Amino acid sequence: MKLDTSGLESTSPFFGSGDELCPELSAAPSFSLPLSTDDTKATLKHAKGTTTLAFIFKEGVMVAADSRASMGGYISSQSVKKIIEINPYMLGTMAGGAADCQFWHRNLGIKCRLHELANKRRISVTGASKLLANILYSYRGMGLSVGTMIAGWDETGPGLYYVDSEGGRLKGTRFSVGSGSPYAYGVLDSGYKFDMSIEEAAELARRAIYHATFRDAASGGVASVYYVGPNGWKKLSGDDVGELHYHYYPVTPSTVEQEMAEVAGA
Amino acid sequence: MARYDRAITVFSPDGHLFQVEYALEAVRKGNAAVGVRGTDIVVLGVEKKSAVKLQDSRMVRKIVSLDNHIALACAGLKADARVLVNRARIECQSHRLTVEDPVTVEYITRYIAGLQQKYTQSGGVRPFGLSTLIVGFDPYTGVPSLYQTDPSGTFSAWKANATGRNSNSIREFLEKNYKETSGQETVKLAIRALLEVVESGGKNIEVAVMTREHGLRQLEEAEIDAIVSEIEAEKAAAEAAKKAPPKET
Repeated sequence: MKLDTSGLESTSPFFGSGDELCPELSAAPSFSLPLSTDDTKATLKHAKGTTTLAFIFKEGVMVAADSRASMGGYISSQSVKKIIEINPYMLGTMAGGAADCQFWHRNLGIKCRLHELANKRRISVTGASKLLANILYSYRGMGLSVGTMIAGWDETGPGLYYVDSEGGRLKGTRFSVGSGSPYAYGVLDSGYKFDMSIEEAAELARRAIYHATFRDAASGGVASVYYVGPNGWKKLSGDDVGELHYHYYPVTPSTVEQEMAEVAGA
Repeated sequence: MARYDRAITVFSPDGHLFQVEYALEAVRKGNAAVGVRGTDIVVLGVEKKSAVKLQDSRMVRKIVSLDNHIALACAGLKADARVLVNRARIECQSHRLTVEDPVTVEYITRYIAGLQQKYTQSGGVRPFGLSTLIVGFDPYTGVPSLYQTDPSGTFSAWKANATGRNSNSIREFLEKNYKETSGQETVKLAIRALLEVVESGGKNIEVAVMTREHGLRQLEEAEIDAIVSEIEAEKAAAEAAKKAPPKET
């Protein structure tokens, strides 16, 4: 399969080969599209078993995710890094196919760096998310599974975009992606205020992930929380959700109601 | 298409690209164009050929806009200019589409220069016979810029520059008289520079100014005439002061 190496071509405008003298708007990389029937889609369908969330608040952007990878009912890993560091001031979250997310985020990192070098200024979160969305759109129907949020801080302040492998791209202030997202939304939406301190926001994010891992089988492991501020991102915490459970709901020793006594004799 | 493979622009034994140099000659024969950068304004001025009586002069615009915040003037082959300008306009929009941001002046200059360079290193084509002066404001920081490109594909930033016919004299004038100006002063400087080589009068020059707030504005002939008279009056006053030295007692 031909890879999108346009990030490695130094003179290309964002899409397309540099070689044409007669240009239309440069076309996306083209190769014959495999026809995707419903069967194919069903077999390749990743259920996006995960919980990731991100929200903008007064101090910046808070990003959090769990760390469980599952293959059907089998938990293949409890320690997957689902928050991908694109560059020192931008983060991406992973939901869907792990390889797809990792590769394309890395590719996005390359493109962002090339943009910086060519234009002597950092790329905006808007621009970065649009680059990714355009790439994913060009692979639409070919079985990529990516549900990601691009969070960062640029000249215009905090930025948060949701981008997926259908080619969709949404700007927003609160997102949660993955099978655990309904549970996370419940906690996130009810506890959200724009005016929160960093600690409050981190705690909200942590709780939301914890509750999602509690109810969703495909989410678990470690709840990681990252903060993106004017000076870039910083990892705030990574807590095992099992421990978080007993932290939130400690076991209180209760008085014994009935004691079991030895029965003498038979 | 094997016939069109051969490059026209090849190196000479002593390292020259003659086609590019000939293209620069074509530029030198073109109408004079001058650009001046002020602190809050950028000005482009172009020499207009004396009125061809039947031609509808409103249609002939030598200073064009590439986007809301970028304008271009050029010297050389006007037909080549049309092609280059169209490609640059597409690129401005394409950039807006892919990164949701307007282009910076440097970016579009780099693109145009890159295009000009490509045509010096391809088979079956000749270089563009024009040098451009590109002015504009950075979409975020609002800093004004002036850039120049030439047929070889090089580009550089300038505080003030001229290209086309007699550009050396204009540049000499600018070097002697340039200082940081703003607003109307910058316009006057640009027109004074052009008047060094062009017959005075609003008929023979076309001037456009660009500010961050109002974008590109072509000056009316009457406006230009007014400024020209101001300049001539200043010149006359300076001459008179020189000729009549203060009497000492």
